[in-house]
Amino acid sequence: MRVVVVGGGPAGLAAADAAAQAGADVVLVDSEPRLGGQYHRGTEQHADPRVRHLPQSTVWATEGRRLHVRTGPADSPHRTGQVLDADAVVLATGAHDHVVPFPGWDLPGVYTAGAAQTLAKAQGVAVGERVVVSGTGPFLLPVATSLVKITRVVALLEANGLGGWARHPWAAAGKLGELAGYAPLLPRVRTRTAVVAAHGEDRVTAVTVARLNPDWSIREDTRRRIAVDAVCVGHGFTPRLDLAVSIGCHLVNGFVRVDATGATSVPGVYAAGEITGIGGAALAAAEGTVAGAAAARAPHPPLNALRAVRRGRAFAAALAAAHPLPSGRHTWLTPDTTLCRCEEVTVRDLDAALTRGAADGRTLKLTSRAGLGLCQGRVCGREVTALATARLGHPLPDAEAFHRRPFATPLRLGELADTPLLPEEDP
Amino acid sequence: MRITIDGEPHDVPPNRTLAAVLIAAGRQSWRTTRTNDRPRGVFCGIGVCFDCLLVVNGVPDVRACQRFPADGDVVRTQHGAELPE
Amino acid sequence: MRVRYPDVVVVGSGVIGAACAEALSAAGLRVTVLDRGPLGAGTSAAGEGNVLVSDKEPGPELDLALASLLLWPALLDRLGVDVEWDAKGGLVVATSPDAAKALAEFAASQRTAGVDARPITPTEALDREPHLTRAVVGAVHYPQDAQLQPVLVTKALLATAASRGTTLRPGVRALGLRRTAGAVSAVVTDDGDLPCGAVVNACGPWAGETATAFDAPITVLPRRGVVLVTAALPPTVRHKVYDADYVGAVASGDADLQVSTVVESTAGGTVLIGSSRERVGFDASLRVEVPRALAKRAVALFPVLADVPVLRAYGGFRPYAPDHLPIIGPDPRTPGLWHTTGHEGAGIGLAAATGRLLTDLLTGAEPVVDPTPFRVDRPGVCP
Repeated sequence: MRVVVVGGGPAGLAAADAAAQAGADVVLVDSEPRLGGQYHRGTEQHADPRVRHLPQSTVWATEGRRLHVRTGPADSPHRTGQVLDADAVVLATGAHDHVVPFPGWDLPGVYTAGAAQTLAKAQGVAVGERVVVSGTGPFLLPVATSLVKITRVVALLEANGLGGWARHPWAAAGKLGELAGYAPLLPRVRTRTAVVAAHGEDRVTAVTVARLNPDWSIREDTRRRIAVDAVCVGHGFTPRLDLAVSIGCHLVNGFVRVDATGATSVPGVYAAGEITGIGGAALAAAEGTVAGAAAARAPHPPLNALRAVRRGRAFAAALAAAHPLPSGRHTWLTPDTTLCRCEEVTVRDLDAALTRGAADGRTLKLTSRAGLGLCQGRVCGREVTALATARLGHPLPDAEAFHRRPFATPLRLGELADTPLLPEEDP
Repeated sequence: MRITIDGEPHDVPPNRTLAAVLIAAGRQSWRTTRTNDRPRGVFCGIGVCFDCLLVVNGVPDVRACQRFPADGDVVRTQHGAELPE
Repeated sequence: MRVRYPDVVVVGSGVIGAACAEALSAAGLRVTVLDRGPLGAGTSAAGEGNVLVSDKEPGPELDLALASLLLWPALLDRLGVDVEWDAKGGLVVATSPDAAKALAEFAASQRTAGVDARPITPTEALDREPHLTRAVVGAVHYPQDAQLQPVLVTKALLATAASRGTTLRPGVRALGLRRTAGAVSAVVTDDGDLPCGAVVNACGPWAGETATAFDAPITVLPRRGVVLVTAALPPTVRHKVYDADYVGAVASGDADLQVSTVVESTAGGTVLIGSSRERVGFDASLRVEVPRALAKRAVALFPVLADVPVLRAYGGFRPYAPDHLPIIGPDPRTPGLWHTTGHEGAGIGLAAATGRLLTDLLTGAEPVVDPTPFRVDRPGVCP
C-alpha cells in the first residue's frame, strides 16, 4: 500500500506519520529542504523514520494517482525527475497569503505578512527598519510578534474590528491560549484601519493609512501619510489548489471538498490542512492524521483527531462562507493600479478588456493578459475575478480559468523533454 | 560559502536563501519588469508570485526566495525577460 | 407591429460562425448568432492563430487557403481593430537529408498550385532564425504565412457583425429544427423557438452532435491538440518555424499520437510550441507524454529553449471530416440548413474564405472558389 503525501507542513507531516503507523509505504514529497512548511519555520521537524522523505521536490503534473516529481535546487534546469505511482494520495499543499491590490503595492519593500515572518523567523532577516503591518485576520499578530523582536514596527493595522478574530477557527480550537502569547501586542492593534496606498520611486518610503468603513471604503478625512521602509500586508489566505484541481477534486466555496475522513471526490485522493479550509496548524495536523490513516486504510480510526477535525472544520467552513472581503476595497484602486503583477496589467487595462466584450474568465485572461505570467494567476486571480464580477454585476463565468494549471509549477522545457514517463522498476 | 552577486563577492552562511542574503545586504529589489522596467524584489516569500527572480549561473527566472546558494554561484540582477546564456 | 426574425441563424460563435455572421451581415442579411456557451470560447480560443499555406499540399484546401489569404486584408480593414496580425512568414526546416529531399519536392508541388515557396540554404535559414539548430540541412521560406490572435479576431468578427445589426445570443443552446414542407422554418432552442429563413451549423468539433440534433447527421470528429506556452522571452523566433514532418501529421488519420514541431513567438513574447494530434475523443485530461514530445522536438529545433520555463499547456479539439477537407455547403436533405465545419487545424486561416463562400452560396452569388470538394453530400460525411 503506497501512500504519497504532498506537502511537509503540519498536515502533511501528520498524514505521513499516521499512514506509516498504519503500515503503509509512505513517500513524503516536500518542496522545501526542511520539513515544517510555513508554520514551523525555523524549527526542526521530523517525520516517522519509516517515511521516505523527498525534500526540494515538487509535483509538477498528475495523471490520476501517478505523480510527476522533480527534485533539486529551486528553478534549476538540472533537477532529476521521477514518477511516483500511489495507491492513495494525500494532498496537503497549504496556502499562501492573499493581498488585495492597492496603489503602490508593487513597489519593492511591500511584502506579504508571511514573507516578512518567514524572513524573520527562519532567516533572522528584517524586511526593513520602520515596518508597518496591515491587513486582516489574527495571523497579523504572530507576524508582528516575529518582527518586533528584530526591528521597529511602527503600526499594526486590522481593517475590520476584532470580533472576527474571536470567530476564527484558532479561537474555536481553543487557541486563544496561543493567541495569549501574542497578547502584549494586542493593545497596539488599530482596528478599522489600513494601508491604502504605498509611495516611493523605486522602493517604498511612505504609506497612506486611513480609517475604513465596515465595507472597507475609505473615510477620506482620515488619510494620513507615515514614513516607512517596509510594508507587510496580509488579507487572509488562498489555498494552493493546483494539484487538487488537476487531479480532479471538486471544490466547494473555493476549497477542496472533503468528507469526515478527508476523502475528496476522487477515489484514493485525500486532502488535509489549509486546502480544505483556512483553520490553522492544529486543525491541519488533526486533518492530516485523519487523512493519513484513511489513505492507509488504518484498522483503527484516530478518534481524537476525528473529534478535533469535526469541531474545527465546522468553524472553518462558516468562516470561509461568511467573510468574503468587503467590496469597498475596490475603491482603493486607481486606473493606474497594477492588478496582475507578472504582466503589469492595470485596472485601466482590465476595464478596457471588459469594455471590448470579454465576458468570461478565459477570454478576460487572453485579452487583458491578467493571469498569463509566470505565477499563472495565483496572486491576481481572486481579485481580478472579484473586480470583474463587480464591474459585470454578476459572477464572472468560467472564473476557474484563473485556477486551471495543468503544470502545477513551471519547469524548464529541457526538463519536460527528458522527463521520465514511468516509475523506476523496484529492484 | 562564497558567491558573487552582480560581480561583488559575498560570504553567505548556510541555510539562507538568496532572497535573505540580498535583503540582509540592504537590497529591496534585484530585477526589472519586462514591460515597464519597474524594480521588483520579494513579495510573497513562498515561491508563488515569481517576482523575486534572479539570474543564477546564466539561467534566468530563478526565485530568490526559494533558492539556496551553492558555493561558487554567480548571481545577478535580471533585466526584464532574458534568454539563458 | 411585425416582429422581424433573422434571415439566418448561425449556430456556433467560434471563428467560422463569426466569419459567416460577418460576411452574411455585410451582404445585408439579418443574422442571429447562437452559442450554448460564451462567445468564441471553444476551439477558436484554443488555437495558435495560424493563417497558413505552407502546410497544405496542392488540392482544394490549399485553393481555399489561397483564396482566404487574398480576402484577409479587406476583412481586417472592415474589423478596424488590432487583432495582432503578423505577416511573419513560415520556415519549414529539415534536419536530415531524407526530410530535406521530401521537403524540396513538396515545395515544388506547392509552387505549381500558386504558393510562394522559396527554397533557402542552411546559412540563409540561420540568418533568418539565429537561434535555429545548426543541424539544419534544408529549408523553405513561405512569406505568405501569417499569424493573428484568435480570441481577438473572433471577438472582432462578432463585434463587426453586431454593428450591422447581428444579434449575439450566448448561453442559448440549439436543440433542433422545425421544418415546414421539409425546409427549415425555425431553430428550436432552450430559450424558445426562433423562426428564420436559414440555419448555419458552425459548431466545430460539436457539429456532428448538432447535426444529429437537427436530424441531418454528418460525420465530424474531434482531434485533440495541445500547445505549450513558455514564459515571455525577448524576441527569439521570428517566423513560424516547422519541422519538415508537419504535413504528414495533418493528413494522417492515425489514432496514435502524432507530433510535429511548430515553434513561434507571440506579440506578448511567449513562445508557442505545437502541434500534437490525437484521437482521444473529447478527453481533455493531460497526458504527460504529449507535452514531453512537443518539448523534445522544440528543443531540437531551438536549443536555446532548453532552459526556458514552460508555464502551461492548453488544448482544444480540432473538427475534422474523415477525408480531412472542410465541410461548407447546403445540407442535401434539408433545404435551408447549411454546414460550415471540419476545418481541422486551419479554421482561423480559412475563416475569411469560408464566410465568403457560405455567403456566396446562400445568396446565389458566384462562389469565390469551386465549392464541390467541400460539399456536404460526399462519401464519409453524409450517411
